[in-house]
Formats: sequence, C-alpha cells, structure tokens
Amino acid sequence: MKKFIALLLCGIFTATALTGCGSSSSAGENGEVIVYNWGEYIDPETLTMFEEETGIKVVYDEFETNEIMYPKVEAGSSAYDVVCPSDYMVQKMIENDLIQELDYDKIPNAKENIGAQYYEQAAAYDPGNKYCVPYCWGTVGIIYNKTMVDTPPTKWADLWDEKYADNILMMDSIKDSFMVALKKNGFSSNSLDESELQIATNDLIAQKPLVQAYVVDQVRDKMIGGEAAIGVMFSGDAIYVIGENPDLDYVIPEEGTNVWIDGWVIPKNAPNKENAEKFIDFMCRPDVALKNFEYITYGTPNTAARELIEDEDLKNSPIAFPDLTQYNNLETFLYLGEDGEELFNKYWKEVMSN
Amino acid sequence: MNRKLLSLPFIFWSAMFVIVPLCMVFYYGLTDKSGAFTFDNILAIATVEHSKALWEALKLSVISTVICLLLAYPLAMILCNMNVNQNSFLVLIFILPMWMNFLLRTLAWQTLLEKTGVINSILSALHLPSLNIINTPYAIVLGMVYNFLPFMVLPLYNVLVKIDKNVINAAYDLGANGAQTFFRIIFPLSLPGMFSGITMVFVPALTTFVISKILGGSKILLIGNVIEQEFTQTGNWNLGSGLSIVLMLFIIFNMVISVITDKEGEANTL
Repeated sequence: MKKFIALLLCGIFTATALTGCGSSSSAGENGEVIVYNWGEYIDPETLTMFEEETGIKVVYDEFETNEIMYPKVEAGSSAYDVVCPSDYMVQKMIENDLIQELDYDKIPNAKENIGAQYYEQAAAYDPGNKYCVPYCWGTVGIIYNKTMVDTPPTKWADLWDEKYADNILMMDSIKDSFMVALKKNGFSSNSLDESELQIATNDLIAQKPLVQAYVVDQVRDKMIGGEAAIGVMFSGDAIYVIGENPDLDYVIPEEGTNVWIDGWVIPKNAPNKENAEKFIDFMCRPDVALKNFEYITYGTPNTAARELIEDEDLKNSPIAFPDLTQYNNLETFLYLGEDGEELFNKYWKEVMSN
Repeated sequence: MNRKLLSLPFIFWSAMFVIVPLCMVFYYGLTDKSGAFTFDNILAIATVEHSKALWEALKLSVISTVICLLLAYPLAMILCNMNVNQNSFLVLIFILPMWMNFLLRTLAWQTLLEKTGVINSILSALHLPSLNIINTPYAIVLGMVYNFLPFMVLPLYNVLVKIDKNVINAAYDLGANGAQTFFRIIFPLSLPGMFSGITMVFVPALTTFVISKILGGSKILLIGNVIEQEFTQTGNWNLGSGLSIVLMLFIIFNMVISVITDKEGEANTL
C-alpha cells in the first residue's frame, strides 16, 4: 500500500511537471547528478566548479533534518544520486537497505585524503566504511558569554545552575537534548535503559524553568546578540559565532559528548551512479574540501585540506579540530531501532509538555 | 461555449491539492507503520502530553480570537463611518503588513521583544522597567493577535459597511437610543461577518506551530508543534496525520457553527 501511495505521488509530480513546462531539464553534456544535502552546508561555488570541470549538471536539493530526508529517499519517488545524512541515519539506511556499497577505486580522493581516525570513528555506525565517506564532523558543546558568567562552565551540569536562570539556551532536538541529560548523569547517549532515560527526563523537566528557550538555528543570533549567557551548540556554529562576537567561547564538557559525522552516501536507486562517484571524489579533493570548510566552518575530516589552511589559529583550532584523545566518553549516535526512537520521542514529549 | 469548462481548472486544483492530500492524511492517520488499519493514532490524543498540548492550543487560540474580536469590532465600525477616501487608506494600512511574509513579521517581533531587543533597549534608556514577555504564553498570544487581526477586521468591515443606513436611521426615528440601536440592529446584522472572522482567526491560531516556536521559545507545546515534530523530527507520519484528523474535527465544528449563522453567505463576499 505504501508503494501505491508513493507511485501515486510520483504520478502526480510527473503529471504536474509535464503540464508545467514539458522537458525543461537540460542536463549537462555529461548528464547530471542529483544531490540532497543539508541546508547551508556547501560552498555554492564548488558546485559551479564541479559543473565546469566535469560537464555534469548538478541538481541540488536541501533538507533541514535527517527525519525529513529519510522518507523522501525511502519512498523513492524522487531519486537522488548523493545524499549527506548523519551517522545514526546512515546506519538506519544501511539496515533498511536504502544505500549501496561504495567502490573506493572510483573515488580515490576519499581513500587518500580523509584521515584514518575519522574512518575509524565512522566505523561505529558503518562497519568497514563500506557505505559512507565522511564530509563534516564535529562535537556538541557549551557556548558561553565570558562577560556573563563568573567562572567558565566546564560540564553539562552547569546548564542546571540556577544562577543562569532564564539565560540558558537548549536545543530543540530530541537526540541532542537527551544526549546532554544522559551524559550529565554519566550514561551513554545511546542508552535504551528506561530507568536511565527516566532520570534524564526528570533532569530535563527540572531544568525547564531555568531555560530561556529551546532553539535550533536561532542559537547563533541569540548568542551573538548577548541574549543568553550559556547554551548548547555544534562546534561548527561555535567557530562562526566566536568570529562575530569575541566575548563568546566554546568548551567540550568533561562528562563527554557526542561526536557527529555527516557523510556522503549513494542511494540504491541512484540514477547516475557514476556521476555520484565523481561528485564525491570531487568533494574530497583537498582544495574543494578547504573551500567548503572555509565557507561552512564545520570541521573537515579531510586531512590534506586541513594542511592547506593558511590561518594557523584556525588550522590548530581546538574547536574545529579537537584532539579527541584528550576527552573521555565521546560517543557517536547510533540508530536505536524504531522502538528505541519511539521511546526517546515519548520522553521528549513528556519534557516538552511539562 | 460550455460554461462548465471554465470550472475545470478549479476542479483539477481542488482534486490535486485538496482532495488527494486530504485522502492521504486520512490514509496515514488510520493506519499504522505496517499499513494495517487502526484507530490508535486518533486515540493517541487522549494521552496526557497530547491532550495537554491540545488544551494549551485551544486556550491560547480562544484568547487570541476574543482579543481580535474586541479590537476589530470598534475598528471596523470606525472604518465604516468614515468617508470613502479616508477609509480606503485606513484599510490599506491594515492590509499592508500582510504584504510581508508571515515568518518575517513573527521574527521581527522576536527581535522587538527579546531581552536585549529593541523595546527593552528603549525602555532601559528611559530607565523604565523591562518587558519580559518573550518565551511566555503572552508573547504567543501577541503574535497570534498581531498576525491574524486583519482576518477579523475585513469580514466585519464587509458586513458592517453593507448595513443600510436607513435601517439605523429608522431605529433612531422610532425612539431607540444608541445602545439599543447597536444591540438590536447593528450587532445582529453583523453576526455573519463576526463568525466568519472568528473562523478565520481561530483556525490558523489553533494550528500554528511557528508562532509558539519563535515567540514561545518552544517552551509551550501546542498541538501544532506536536504534529510538526512527528513529521520533521520523529518521522512518524501516521501519528502526525492521526492528530491532524483530531484537529480537523475541532475546525469543522467551528465551521459548522459559522455556516449555520451565516445562512445568507454575506461575509463570504470578501
């Protein structure tokens, strides 16, 4: 039945496309590649470069969350050649047989330039690195305004400090908020233990009166504007906001945190597999990876690209490229199965409706 | 030429973008993930979290609707009593904000209301106490009233402006005072517009998730937020659709009332 709905949708879309403008898709001389990536997650110039060098037209589409992306790829009504999901979502796509194994001979730059330690980290969700080439990676930490705190925060528990009442920004994201609460109590962020989740839930509920707002992208503007003293943030955003407001600083909490990786995968139903490989290979080229890093400021796993960074401070930035061996309890999100996801959702709703 | 042909684009439009999506919502709402028939997604409204979110949404949208009505009624009457040139200008002023994107206007309110925002900067420069309503239900109600007020003013203005001045003069002639004229002549004649306005404010206010996100800091969970989350964060389309069906029942209930009271269809000539 689900297939039928998908087909129906497919029919409607093609019908509207046909009535709309006939055949408007003018593919490049060497065909096209359909890319599905996070919003604001690439330097658009690299796409033009790719088109010019290869003669392959890039059809570019963006998503906001992994969960919005997944059903579209699953339904198959709009086939993509390259998608950029996060760690646990890659695992889910592997388990549900939606993506295909990569042929590393066709993407030599990925083999050559991506650091071994990142492949190692990625193996947690993609054993043997068969499916996913890391594109960006980073940590989740605490961003704080030096002028608004007495002592710099060092641990997640500082987000429960009453002196920051109404000055705390949390993430409006199930996984990341629970990661904070679970890590604060020394549990795994992939915990499925109901008693541990219950403790985390109670903590989040207890924290709620102190929280100013649960935000996603707005955290950047709010921290830059001095609206809040302390908040949860991705490392890539941290580099950007510190550049805008030097009063801000970023710390990886001592209880440990989430190390996330977003990477390129090729769906099973990709219509232009060869072009997809060329695209991934191009994105792994050091100069291209550098361009993207400078544009989006999220840490690149491309060690060759990192060598090319001219700004020494940025090259050795502990925010963009933290030495992971210094920290304990770093974890990557894993796919917890449908039941596991539902458990998290249930507890998150409890937090939100309280 | 056959006139019925002219309705074809409309029929095509409604079928593709109203009927088909609606059927899909019902299909997802009444099945589980494996595609088997179930009422669970609809009954899920009974859980503590969902019913609380629905209650919050009903509460805030009713408050906003009442405030809109109280603000819009006198305004619509003032507009009616003005001469043509003045009032078309005023109506324009009222519609003007609607030319801007809804999201932008709501984000603008966030910038205004924030702790370090425009209003508080001015207040602190004048040594006045600061205004702390951002991320509270008050800010959500403010956002709803601001965004949906034109939808209340216009239908009210439309019915009020059509009331025959002779009817009002006749009332005065027969000895009614101002209050009697209002309550026995003007108010009953304006009811269709009022109910139309109530529907047009209540429905978007009840279903909104953007306003509570931007102005409420996601601290108050409305039913719209629950549904949005099911689609964007948890990927449970079935539950999201089931809850949407429940929400539709409330909207249909509201529409039925307004259809009954608006038999002549006067307010629909907007």
